[in-house]
Amino acid sequence: MKTKLTTLTLSLIFGITGSSALFALESLRGDEPLTAESSRPDKFRQEVVEGGFDRSYEKQPPLIPHKIEKYHISLRQNGCLKCHSRKTAERENAKPTPESHFITRDGKRLNRLSTRRYFCNQCHVPQMNATPLVQNVFEGD
Amino acid sequence: MTESAKKKSTLIILLIGIFLGIIFWGGFNTAMEMTNTEAFCISCHEMEENVYEEYTDTIHYMNRTGVRATCPDCHVPREWVHKVVRKIQATNELYHKIVGTIDTPEKFEARRFELAKHVWKTMKRTDSRECRNCHDYEYMDFDKQEFRSAERHEEAFEQFEEHGAARDAGLTCIDCHKGIAHRLPEEYDPEKDIPGESIYYDD
Repeated sequence: MKTKLTTLTLSLIFGITGSSALFALESLRGDEPLTAESSRPDKFRQEVVEGGFDRSYEKQPPLIPHKIEKYHISLRQNGCLKCHSRKTAERENAKPTPESHFITRDGKRLNRLSTRRYFCNQCHVPQMNATPLVQNVFEGD
Repeated sequence: MTESAKKKSTLIILLIGIFLGIIFWGGFNTAMEMTNTEAFCISCHEMEENVYEEYTDTIHYMNRTGVRATCPDCHVPREWVHKVVRKIQATNELYHKIVGTIDTPEKFEARRFELAKHVWKTMKRTDSRECRNCHDYEYMDFDKQEFRSAERHEEAFEQFEEHGAARDAGLTCIDCHKGIAHRLPEEYDPEKDIPGESIYYDD
């Protein structure tokens, strides 16, 4: 009898909170019914800035001020190096890959880009003209 | 045979000759044009699985306005004489198709550098003739280009005077635009391919 009562109470509580939670939930689609067409997300343009972006804090990896969709980074080739390698940078008016990018995690200097620095867009990213979804309160040095 | 009958038969032979000439010529040209289509190119799996597949990721395949450049637009000259010369060269490709020189992606990859260099050399020699079938420097709107592109294009095509003679930088499309429709070979090193100082056109 006691267990029965507990089960009943528990199921009542969970039933109420569960259903209220169901009403409070809002999916990424909003309140739109499942059968409705979803609304189109805003389109943003990538910012192209002559001369580049200023850094927001001292050790920030510089942001990419140009389009990058046509440059591919794969096992075979790194499209960024077409202009940003040490020998081509000056001619192409681009920033050369700094010395730090040739050093492995063990402190060894290589002739080529260190593998941990190979994927440029892990740290260097382009910017969109979108407003941030979440406010950023980070303060650097 | 009378004089008029002789004349008549000459005329008939001449007319038949002209007629057959048109048929054969038309047939030849139609057959050649059939080999000048994308569908023909990718009827070989060597082309479809390697170069065609990667080309579908590029702007020459799909873009905002839907204008396309198919295989022959870039790889076969448009002018008749150059086209026939290229078609004769292509018989070598038939031989390699039969012996299976590049019949697996691995074999293709092993030869990609060599094959790419052939194309680069040709494009350099012809001053990127096939690019220029569609792209013309004269009609480029620098205001609509990204500043990086505008700067380079102006620099590359600038005419200047040296020792009293008109000159330009001696650059052509392929000097900068390698690997735009197909993947670059692993051996490609941008530091050895600085426009004007590239080693990839030497033999």
